[in-house]
Amino acid sequence: MSLIVSSSPHIHDKESVPKIMLHVILALFPATVASIYFFGIRAVWVILVSVVTAVLTEYLFLLLRKKDTTAILDGSAFLTGLLLALTLPPSINLSMVAIGAAVAIIIGKQVFGGFGANVFNPALVGRAFLQAAFPIPMTTWVANKASSVDAVTVATPLGGFKFSHLLTAHKDLFLGNVSGSLGETSAILLLLGGIYLLIKKYIDWRIPVGILASVFVFDGILWLVNSKKYPDPVFMLLAGGLMLGAWFMATDPVTSPVSPAGIWIFSIGIGFFVVLIRLFGGMPEGVMYSILIMNSFVPLLDKYLRPRMLGEKK
Amino acid sequence: MLKLRMKRGVHPPEQKISASKAIQEFPLPKQVVIPFSQHTGKPATPLVKKRQEVKTGEKIGEAAGFISAPVHSSVTGKVKGLETVLLPNGNSTLGAIIEVTGEDEFADPTWPIKDVSTLTPDEVRQIAREAGIVGLGGAVFPTSVKISPPREYPIDSVIVNGSECEPYLTSDHRLMVEHAEEIFQAAELLRNTVGASRGYIAIEDNKPDAIEAFQKVLNGVKGWEVVSLKTRYPQGAEKSLIKVILNREVPMGGLPFHVGALVQNVGTLFALYEAATRGIPLIRRVVTVTGDGVNEPSNFMVRIGTNAREVLEAAGADLENAEKIIFGGPMMGVSVKSVDIPVIKSTSGILVMRTARKPKVYPCLYCGKCVVACPLHITPTRLVKYIQAEMWDQAKEFGLFNCMECGCCSYVCPSNIPLVHWIRYGKFMVRSMEAK
Repeated sequence: MSLIVSSSPHIHDKESVPKIMLHVILALFPATVASIYFFGIRAVWVILVSVVTAVLTEYLFLLLRKKDTTAILDGSAFLTGLLLALTLPPSINLSMVAIGAAVAIIIGKQVFGGFGANVFNPALVGRAFLQAAFPIPMTTWVANKASSVDAVTVATPLGGFKFSHLLTAHKDLFLGNVSGSLGETSAILLLLGGIYLLIKKYIDWRIPVGILASVFVFDGILWLVNSKKYPDPVFMLLAGGLMLGAWFMATDPVTSPVSPAGIWIFSIGIGFFVVLIRLFGGMPEGVMYSILIMNSFVPLLDKYLRPRMLGEKK
Repeated sequence: MLKLRMKRGVHPPEQKISASKAIQEFPLPKQVVIPFSQHTGKPATPLVKKRQEVKTGEKIGEAAGFISAPVHSSVTGKVKGLETVLLPNGNSTLGAIIEVTGEDEFADPTWPIKDVSTLTPDEVRQIAREAGIVGLGGAVFPTSVKISPPREYPIDSVIVNGSECEPYLTSDHRLMVEHAEEIFQAAELLRNTVGASRGYIAIEDNKPDAIEAFQKVLNGVKGWEVVSLKTRYPQGAEKSLIKVILNREVPMGGLPFHVGALVQNVGTLFALYEAATRGIPLIRRVVTVTGDGVNEPSNFMVRIGTNAREVLEAAGADLENAEKIIFGGPMMGVSVKSVDIPVIKSTSGILVMRTARKPKVYPCLYCGKCVVACPLHITPTRLVKYIQAEMWDQAKEFGLFNCMECGCCSYVCPSNIPLVHWIRYGKFMVRSMEAK
C-alpha cells in the first residue's frame, strides 16, 4: 500500500485547457466548412498553411525556450492558426499567410512567455501585422461563389457602404452569401458556434452580449438621428467581422478580464470603438483594432476592478 | 417549507453511496488512542497517568484555556501510556493510549443531569464545556465558546446545519433520519440558551427523507422552519448558509454572532443531546466509510480513538489497491499516508479512492472560472498570482485570510492549478513572517 498524499480538493470537474481549445475549434467548424463552400479550394489552402505554420512555430519556440514541447498538444496554437485564417481574404498569397501565422505565435504569444502570458489576441496580432505589411492584398476581395456577383474583385458589405453607400441585404449577411474574410461572412454559423460555447460555459456571456448590444445601441442612436448617413444597426451587427470577433476573438480568456465589472467595460469599449472606426475612421472595418485596443486595458481592469468580497464593506 | 439555493459554488457528483445504510454500532475496540488536541484552540492538559484505570466517559484531559476543550476516555480500561501520536492532518500531538479491560462502566458526568426543560443557559454552556463538545461539521471549534457570544451581539436566529454538502459523506444524513427528535430537542435547548426567536433546519434536497423526518418532528412547532436547499457545495459553510437563509453577510474577519446568527451542525447537536439527557460526553461519533475502494459503504457509530484501520476493514476496504485515503470529504478532507491513526472528533468520514488524480498543470488562462465559483467572491487567480510573486500586502488585500479553503477554485480550474494549496502556502508564509 502506497498512498498518495496531496492537498485538497481531491476531485475535479474534468474540464481542462485542451478540452476547452478542442471545443472552441469544434465551435468554429461550421464557419470553417462554410468558408470552403463559399470560397472553394483556396480556403482549404489558406487554413492549412495558417494552422501548420502556427503549430510548427510554436513547437520551434518551445524548443528554443527549453520548454515542454508537448504543450503544442494543448490546441492553442492550432486555434490561433485557424482563427487567423478565418480573418484573411481568400485571395491572399500563401506566403503572406505563413508570415502572419508565424508573427501571431512569435510576437503575439511566445515573446510574452507563451500560453496565458500574452496581452493581445495572438491571431489578431498576426492579422494586424499583415494589414500593415501588405495593405493591398489584405483589402482585395474576391466574389463569394454562393452569390450572383460575377466579378474578379468586389467590395465587402462594409466597404460597399463606406465607399459607395451601398447596403447589403440582411438576409445575405445572415446566411453569408457575401464577400469578405474566409470565416466572417455567415452570421448564422458564427452565432451557432458562439451559442454552443455559451451553453458549454467556455465563454462569458457578457462579452458577446456587451459588444453586440453596445454596437446596436451606439449605431442605433446615430441611425435614428440620420438614417441616410448611418447604416441601420442590424446591418452593423451582421456585416464584417463583428460576429467572429465578438464570439471568438474577444472571448479569448487570456486576453479578456476576469471580473464581471471589467468584462462589461471591456466589451462595451470594443463596441464603442467598432462604431467609431467603422463610421468615422478611414477604414471600413474596425473590429480587429477595437479588440486589440481593449486587450491592452485588461491588466489594468483586472488590477483595479476587484469584485466586492462577501462580508466586505459596501 | 422554505426552498432556497446558494449562488456560486460548485456541484460535484454527489456520490452519497452510503445514504441508505443505517448507523451501525461499531464493536468495542481492544485499544483506543485519544489525542489531547482534537479541537481548535489549546490542547487539553492530561489528567491521567500511566497504568491509571479509567471509566467510559471519564475526563482524561482538561481544557487549557477559554478556546479549548476537555477530552474523555471513550472506553473502560487502563492507560498504557501517554505518547506522541499522529493525527489525520499529519501533525502529531500528545495522546493517551488506553487498553480496554472490559465492558463499559460509565463515569459520573461532571455536570448536573436533570429535566432538560429546566436547564438554565449557563448550565447548557457548562454541559457543552464539560462534555468536550466541539463543532462536528469539520471546524471542531469549542461549542461552549460558540454559544457564549458577547452581550452586545444578540442572537436572533439559530440555524441547524444538516446540509452535508461534501460529496460522499452521509454521517449527518443518517443522524437526521434516525435521530431527528433528539437533534431538534438539542436545537431548541440552544435556541433558548442564546435567546433566539427563530430557528431554521437547513437540509439539502438530496436528503428528502431527512427533510421529511424533521417536518414530522416540527409539525407546527412555533418559531421553527425546515429549509430545503438546492444541493450545492459549499452551502454548509457557515458564511454561505447565513447568506442563503438570512441574506446576511458575516463581515470579513467576523463571526456569525456579528450578524445575530448561530449555526450548529446536526452531529454536534446530537452529541449535546446525549450529554444533557444521558450524561455521556463526546466519546463517539458517526463515521461514514465510503468510496470506490470500499466493498460495503457504511455508517458506523465509532468510539473516539478507534484505529481507523479497524473501521476501514469492517467496511471491506481494499487497502492494498487504494491510491488515496481521505479523512473527511473529497473537497476539504485531508489525505493520509497511513491508516494507523485514530478516529477523532473531526472524523466525519473516511474515503477510500482506487485512483487518485495526477493532473497535468497548465499556465493560468485567466478564464475566470475560479472567480465565478468562489463563494466568498475572492478573485483566486489574482490572489494566487500575488502569492506566487510574494506580494504579501496585495495578497492580503485580495482576501488571503478571507479564504476558507473550500476548494471550489481548484475544482473548476481547467489548468489544474492547485489554487487552494497556494493560498494555504500564502497564509503560512504571512503568519510565520508576522510571528517574527
